[in-house]
Amino acid sequence: MTRAELVIVGAGPAGLSAAIEAAKNGVKVLLIDENAKPGGQLFKQIHKFFGSKAHRAGVRGYVIGQQLLQETEELGIEVWLNSEVCGIEDSGHLLWVIRDGKESVQVRAEKLILSTGASENAVTFPGWNLPGVMGAGAAQTMINVHRVLPGKHIVMVGSGNVGVIVSYQLLQAGASVEAIVEAAPKIGGYGVHTAKVCRAGVPFYVGHTVKKAYGTDRVEAVDLIALDEKFRQIPGTEIHLACDTVCLATGLTPLTELAWLAGCKFDFIGALGGNIPMHNEKMQTSVPNVYIAGDIAGTEEASTAMEEGRLAGVNVACALGHCTAEHAKTRSDEIWENLNALRCGYFGQRRRDAKDLILKKGADLGI
Amino acid sequence: MGRIEKHPILGDLPERREVTIYLDGKPYPAQEGDMIAAALIANGVSTLRFTKNEHKPRSIFCGIGRCTDCVMIVDGKPNVRTCVTPVRDGMQIRTQEGTGSWEGGGAK
Amino acid sequence: MNAELKIKGAPSIEELRASPAFPSYEELRRGPIAVIECIEEIPCNPCEGACPFHAIRVGSPITNLPHLDVEKCVGCGRCVAACSGLCIYVKDFTYSETTCTISFPFEYLPLPEVGQEVEMVDRHGNVICKGTVRRVNNAKANDNTAVITAEYDKAYFEDVVNMKRLGI
Repeated sequence: MTRAELVIVGAGPAGLSAAIEAAKNGVKVLLIDENAKPGGQLFKQIHKFFGSKAHRAGVRGYVIGQQLLQETEELGIEVWLNSEVCGIEDSGHLLWVIRDGKESVQVRAEKLILSTGASENAVTFPGWNLPGVMGAGAAQTMINVHRVLPGKHIVMVGSGNVGVIVSYQLLQAGASVEAIVEAAPKIGGYGVHTAKVCRAGVPFYVGHTVKKAYGTDRVEAVDLIALDEKFRQIPGTEIHLACDTVCLATGLTPLTELAWLAGCKFDFIGALGGNIPMHNEKMQTSVPNVYIAGDIAGTEEASTAMEEGRLAGVNVACALGHCTAEHAKTRSDEIWENLNALRCGYFGQRRRDAKDLILKKGADLGI
Repeated sequence: MGRIEKHPILGDLPERREVTIYLDGKPYPAQEGDMIAAALIANGVSTLRFTKNEHKPRSIFCGIGRCTDCVMIVDGKPNVRTCVTPVRDGMQIRTQEGTGSWEGGGAK
Repeated sequence: MNAELKIKGAPSIEELRASPAFPSYEELRRGPIAVIECIEEIPCNPCEGACPFHAIRVGSPITNLPHLDVEKCVGCGRCVAACSGLCIYVKDFTYSETTCTISFPFEYLPLPEVGQEVEMVDRHGNVICKGTVRRVNNAKANDNTAVITAEYDKAYFEDVVNMKRLGI
């Protein structure tokens, strides 16, 4: 039986940031991840991040990842890789972990932070399961982590930031992006991201979706089709495009199985991806020793994930008696200021409203 | 579909030890540290398995070990998620049919 | 709001002219000057800190649109690689009697060579005219955002924003 003051499940940007913040305050941390390498989705982000200096603006995602890993090492944080948490009991105090697919161990935790991220949604159409149709994240993993091109002629479905950024990265990898398809009447992603691919000659098709994907051994072409104001397909508006890959960038849903197992109370917040554990301003859920941070708390971005990780980390440190309430409050206020700065303006306000709703619901639940 | 030898942000592909993997008995070059699916896709392999009922081809979908669309029979063991499993020199991989079977007979 | 940007993917010239960081017709033609095509409120301000002449202001909150002080801007180009959105370039209308230059961010391979003839594109990737590469700045400090300077016929001054990728 392994015992830890703080167990963090998920070593992506939120989990790493939480581990670092807690460890800096003297907490003995055990960081667990099911993958062979830590970093979550961060190492695939080869573009320069936005935000301010405090948010490490101008630094590429994977460089931030390297910085976080270095800090983790310097602080001597224990990391278990290839370790799947497959069970949680006793209100989040007892975890069952399978290590390296071979050994089953129990871990006793005083406090638990769940930072398990989110997974990609799929939109379905006839032919969606042909080889060559994949999540945009899968294509991003192939090109930026494995350095392999999944295809040469890509149709991207979804014009949010993920769709547009991955399209740009596919161009950088040497592929051609034939179209970015968006069902809504307007493009979803930032104008500066869309401008980059637009000047590279990539056309946008708003108010369209994929009607069908054709091919025998793999995707060979798609039919796009226009949508009316009720998102119904308009017959006769088909556009036939040759391609060998279709990437689906159609949203993310938080990975919340462990929060369900721990007994956390949930609510449905559509704007942030679905069913989300409710929490307070310390990132604490309805199960007092269980905290959440990052995409599990609502799908946003790496910058907010890191801030939420720090927020959970410092408040756990305080709850464990490693720092004063004053320190936790000062640090929390600082972090909330950073979070609010990321959640304003045309794009951010919707997320801010959704996060405020979570806090309100959390308060109503007595969290 | 090929490897990205030179990349404007990630730089040149680092030198890694060449290994050989076998798909349905046919040798393919791979590099130490490759995930099986990545190595096969780099060699132009489209189909990783066929579905049980309609024998339809499948390849990667999520790419990070969650959806199980990429499963193949690896060194006799079925339902191995090839997008998160690294190659081994001499590895024997089979295109999986349906839910696959343990090769060499019997459950382990 | 920004209707063309949200349908076509690139802003119209009218949408750009309405922003505080897009120089006026006269300002664009006075000499080397930065052009910032950032017209949405996103939380981002590396451009502000990058300018050694304090010609770019974002202020607080950081979602403010950047504001370019054309009197302070000398067109040094430090902001070009600093912008995470790759939406800044420097133009010089006065380069010669018949030609002008643009210094723009470029993150593709292969990079062109100095002296190479390339194709210049507009915001939608249409090839507008030819250009000659005068400088390729891939300094380590730019963190792999190369800044390429190309000379082209000033008849096409306004429309050009970048170059077509090579080898496609």
